[in-house]
Amino acid sequence: MEAIFKKLSALSATTILLILSAIFVVLFIYAKPAVQKYGIHFLVDPRWDVSVSLNKNSANNTPNTVNKNMSDNNLNSAPIGENDADVLAALGETNTQSSNNTETIYGGLVPIVGTILSTILAMFFAVPIAMGISIFLAEIAGPKLSKPVGIAIELLAAIPSIIYGMWGLFYFGPFVSHLFGGSSVSLLVAGLVLGIMIIPFMSSLTRDSMNTTPEVLKESAYAMGATKFEVIKDVIFPYAKQGIIGSMILALGRALGETMAVAFVIGGVFTFPKKIIDPTVSIPVVLANNFAESSGISLSALFYLALILFVLSFIVISFAKFYFLRNKK
Amino acid sequence: MNKVMDIKNFYFTYAKAPKPSLKNINLPIYENKVTALIGPSGCGKSTLLRSLNRIHDLYPGNKYEGEVLLKDLKTEEMENILEYKKENELINLRQRVGMIFQKPTPFPMSIYDNISYGLKLMGKKNKSELEDKVEEALKDAALWEEVKDRLKDDARGLSGGQQQRLCIARAIAVEPEVLLMDEPTSALDPISTIAIEELVAKLKDRVTIAIVTHNMQQASRISDYTAFMYLGELIEYGSTEQIFLNPKEKRTADYIAGKFG
Ligand SMILES: Nc1ncnc2c1ncn2[C@@H]1O[C@H](COP(=O)(O)OP(=O)(O)OP(=O)(O)O)[C@@H](O)[C@H]1O
Ligand SMILES: [Mg+2]
Repeated sequence: MEAIFKKLSALSATTILLILSAIFVVLFIYAKPAVQKYGIHFLVDPRWDVSVSLNKNSANNTPNTVNKNMSDNNLNSAPIGENDADVLAALGETNTQSSNNTETIYGGLVPIVGTILSTILAMFFAVPIAMGISIFLAEIAGPKLSKPVGIAIELLAAIPSIIYGMWGLFYFGPFVSHLFGGSSVSLLVAGLVLGIMIIPFMSSLTRDSMNTTPEVLKESAYAMGATKFEVIKDVIFPYAKQGIIGSMILALGRALGETMAVAFVIGGVFTFPKKIIDPTVSIPVVLANNFAESSGISLSALFYLALILFVLSFIVISFAKFYFLRNKK
Repeated sequence: MNKVMDIKNFYFTYAKAPKPSLKNINLPIYENKVTALIGPSGCGKSTLLRSLNRIHDLYPGNKYEGEVLLKDLKTEEMENILEYKKENELINLRQRVGMIFQKPTPFPMSIYDNISYGLKLMGKKNKSELEDKVEEALKDAALWEEVKDRLKDDARGLSGGQQQRLCIARAIAVEPEVLLMDEPTSALDPISTIAIEELVAKLKDRVTIAIVTHNMQQASRISDYTAFMYLGELIEYGSTEQIFLNPKEKRTADYIAGKFG
């Protein structure tokens, strides 16, 4: 019995590792043509689906490139009308690789930057607010208030992200652009919507780990003459540190891979955001919008992006784990 | 003999409790003596002890009646601590009346930071002064030799007995007038228990101690005065010798003889 149980749990643990490596391998196999073709340069190339003529002396930024921006997705075709390239994209969609003297280039820089920036924005916005909420719920509000508010927050955390996206597109985006200028779909709106989406999640986890602080530990800090603020800062936060950082990491992971909420509000255009209020695109959004009409090298390029996202999340999470949680004792 | 604290006609009612958990308590706490509180489980020993630094105030709705007097250091006058309202009055009270709990409660920080915590709360910032005080407190708590090479380590890495001495060191570092101890050895092994008992005997020159204990031998070994409580009332109070050898009340005698509790 004992042995069977041990074997079973070991098996489940290995399954996770297997799945992880299987995902990696599949991503890699599909991404391979693009990896071979563009190499590491893919990471720093801002061009996506751009035809360049194969003329030898027109290497990179030749003026005769035809910009066929694929951003024209049916989710948010309205707000990106400002981009003239869409018209071209619609026209030139079919003859992507047919002509002989042009080649289509795919580079991942714009969605990579968009993903990282929108996530950073979201974290900057969400962490302080989520901490404030959890401090309020765990330490300041009485049980009469903190119970219902806590439940409301858990409900908010359970709302499907597409609803945050719709709300962002129809209400919050216009509101933000009214306040800060710029378009109603932008990096800023995406970051804020992402932030709002992860706040409930982060604050309910943080509150839970703050609540694990033993009552008597708090009492002994008060018995030293500490104020509520000092008890929170010196006892509760250090005590619950692991759980709090863990909740941030989980929220960060969620923000990195979030598709639906961001697809509505980031704009979906392959341009560098010069200002925070410019529209751009993120990796999951590119994947969701372009898979249906991709094949060959463009499909492989999408897999390359997916691989990058996979590695990115992996790096972020392992870094956070090792950096913040290393002195565990 | 001087009283540092004097509890007079004191009643305490927990929030939402229908009747008081402490009824008409009258008890003096003499300076530089050890006063033991004994009695069966649920009789109100912790409730009384926790009234003396008003830690009950952390939870809303509790009610104090009567007087708990604490001697003012400068004027030598007795001041009613139940009249304190402002937060800084309570903070000041808790710095003058320290507390040790049943389970050791090291803060999640280094040994050094644990000991200097109270001093920093009091606004002491001078580094060399802090270092001196930390060393002194650890020496007083008979912990210095064991931890002097690992002051920067997390305090939670110490053994249970060391942690409890750390808590005592932390409490005496701020030089309180009174130290409240609620069953400080009940979670410890016999050797650590003896170490704490010796510490209590050594510390009473500098600080008045009120200690709750379930261990009759411990009470008789370390205390000068003993108060026997039962069902929220103070049944008998006197010198430890008198309470243990010639109790006036039958219930006291029965409890000490181990007939109930
Ligand atoms: N937070 C509370 N709310 C309501 N009643 C309480 C609370 N804490 C304790 N009591 C009640 O007050 C009475 C005294 O409890 P107290 O903890 O002071 O007993 P004690 O003498 O310390 O017991 P023990 O020796 O088991 O620690 C008990 O009847 C208990 O049920
Ligand atoms: Mg008790």
